[in-house]
Amino acid sequence: MKGYLGIDVGSVSTNLVFLDEGGTVREALYLRTNGRPIATVQQGLSEMSGCLPARTVIRGVGTTGSGRHLAGVITGADVIKNEITTHAVASSTLVPGVRTVLEIGGQDSKIILLREGMVADFAMNTVCAAGTGSFLDQQAARLTIPIDSFGELALQSTLPVRIAGRCAVFAESDMIHKQQMGYNLADILAGLCEALVRNYLNNLAKGKEILPPVVFQGGVAANSGMKKAFEKELGFEVIVPPHYNVMGAVGAGLLAREKMSGSMPTGFKGFRVAGTEFKAGGFECDGCSNLCEVVEIYEESDVIARWGDRCGRWSGSLTREEKIS
Amino acid sequence: MKVTFPHMGHMWICLQAMLEYLGVEVVVPPPSSKRTLSLGSKHSPEFACMPLKLNLGNFMEAAERGADTIVMAGGCGPCRFGYYAQVEHEILKDLGYNYHLVVMEPPEKHIGELLAKIRYITGKSSWLEVIRGIRFGYRKALAVDELERLAMVRRPREIKMGSTDGALQQALAEVVRATDFRELEKASAGGIEIMREVRTEERPVLRVALVGEIYTLLEPFANQDIERRLGSMGIEVDRSIYLSEWVNDHLFMGFIRGLRSSKEYCRSASPYLNHFVGGHGQETVGSAVFYARSGYNGIIQLLPFTCMPEIVAQSILPGVSNDLDIPIMTLIVDEQSGEAGMTTRLEAFNDLLYRKSSAKEVLA
Repeated sequence: MKGYLGIDVGSVSTNLVFLDEGGTVREALYLRTNGRPIATVQQGLSEMSGCLPARTVIRGVGTTGSGRHLAGVITGADVIKNEITTHAVASSTLVPGVRTVLEIGGQDSKIILLREGMVADFAMNTVCAAGTGSFLDQQAARLTIPIDSFGELALQSTLPVRIAGRCAVFAESDMIHKQQMGYNLADILAGLCEALVRNYLNNLAKGKEILPPVVFQGGVAANSGMKKAFEKELGFEVIVPPHYNVMGAVGAGLLAREKMSGSMPTGFKGFRVAGTEFKAGGFECDGCSNLCEVVEIYEESDVIARWGDRCGRWSGSLTREEKIS
Repeated sequence: MKVTFPHMGHMWICLQAMLEYLGVEVVVPPPSSKRTLSLGSKHSPEFACMPLKLNLGNFMEAAERGADTIVMAGGCGPCRFGYYAQVEHEILKDLGYNYHLVVMEPPEKHIGELLAKIRYITGKSSWLEVIRGIRFGYRKALAVDELERLAMVRRPREIKMGSTDGALQQALAEVVRATDFRELEKASAGGIEIMREVRTEERPVLRVALVGEIYTLLEPFANQDIERRLGSMGIEVDRSIYLSEWVNDHLFMGFIRGLRSSKEYCRSASPYLNHFVGGHGQETVGSAVFYARSGYNGIIQLLPFTCMPEIVAQSILPGVSNDLDIPIMTLIVDEQSGEAGMTTRLEAFNDLLYRKSSAKEVLA
């Protein structure tokens, strides 16, 4: 079998997908990054190679997510693409005609508006992570509810309570207050979902026209309480697509497929990199008062990438690859 | 008396030139850096915007180099910046610094108010000399702006990555070195020559305009070097505010003819925003309209977190974007130094513009 790999290294999860030559998702992995992106990518690669038939040929690799450059140099990716573009590509392929993409991940949330299959506008949360997966995770942990049953529980609510959603700190103190007043858990959770949806729409969708079909993706889309809250607020159906939690990886894979459709050889280093030793080192540059923290990535004993400097003194000192976009 | 001032992009070149021309001893603070920001935010009110924190850091670092007098711009209107000089001075006093403060404000009625303050700083110089000094500083601002403009055009077309930035530093150094009008004339011409020598090639580039709040537009440390980032992605950049234009508009009351003026922006802001809303809110809306009509591919609005006038503009821009069919993205900057967020947004915006413009070509 021949196909393409898509890798999305996010703050919370690292996802890998394998697409066949037609662009259909054949395998998908969802792993927790646990703050160790290099090890997680390696673990993902070894798990993925275990899922695939022995003589699978990888014709191209795409990486995305906040760790895309790291994953890119480790695997030898052909395409390194930002997560807004990859999410848009994936949803317009899996849900043809989609006009709005709501995406909520671990540390960030975004809204993407598509018109005639093209990204027309987008926004990402800027200075606040209220309403993202991490906050839901943290609240579920505080209430000792497994995150997987958060949504179901919220759906049992009959009268969601009002919770301030503007800031995670306000939301938490509101939740504690309501819980001490004796409201039941389901109503509090549903109230939290509604608050987060309000915050999302006020913060990100400010002045943007949300038109159906609307797709809801990212790890938080697993939460049926959030889906329901979006539907209630928007007044129309919200679609949670298959592979909703690995859409970034799907998009990266699709872009790799688009780029490598000729007979170009892939830069993929092979599944063997799962066993190679990668190390990250770093130092503070003393070239000027910016004191940039420069990161170096070693493969065995070779430096394969450097970044973090503002002026290009270090990142430019390795052979320059094509401009990253 | 050793005079210092806050940083805002290359403004120091112009101020240093003006003051030294008049024989005033100047201490230029070290360029804004993480240290500046750490010092500044440690002693600033948490809810103040980043410019205040950086100003304060600049003053603290300048004091280490012996500065004892602050020259700073003020302002009026609902933007908080108008009061920053006084607030910063109070904070410095509490911290035990012994600074003297002179606030340069847009004169309420007459340029004479400004001159009186300059008189205080410049001491014995005659009025004629003072005016020559101001002219000298202003000429430097013009020269610097010209070089910045050239860099923004050449960067996306350079053959060797980074060559424009190297040339710009060299050219600016020439301008900085000039100590009188004749030298400056030579230095500007030489600087332009240096910029022209950057090897470039003709390639199709996207054009993006930066609009928004003046400090975040002009100070690369505050905007995470957005001009350079966009340039290295192959995008030609222009910005709605240049120092020389601002000085002419606000300090010379439009005395020098023939420069682009913010009054035009205010006119083109109609019918979206017909009133002054403080800071550069109205200019932001107007310049967005201006750039959309000039055929730019996209617009990026920059503002420091909690900037009220720009928040007003931000809420109006989607209408402009819709009516004039031009993508507009807003970037809010604050203390965070993580670059990933900025990079991701710029790359995605680039993709959006690129796909939009190639779709247009297919239709044409």
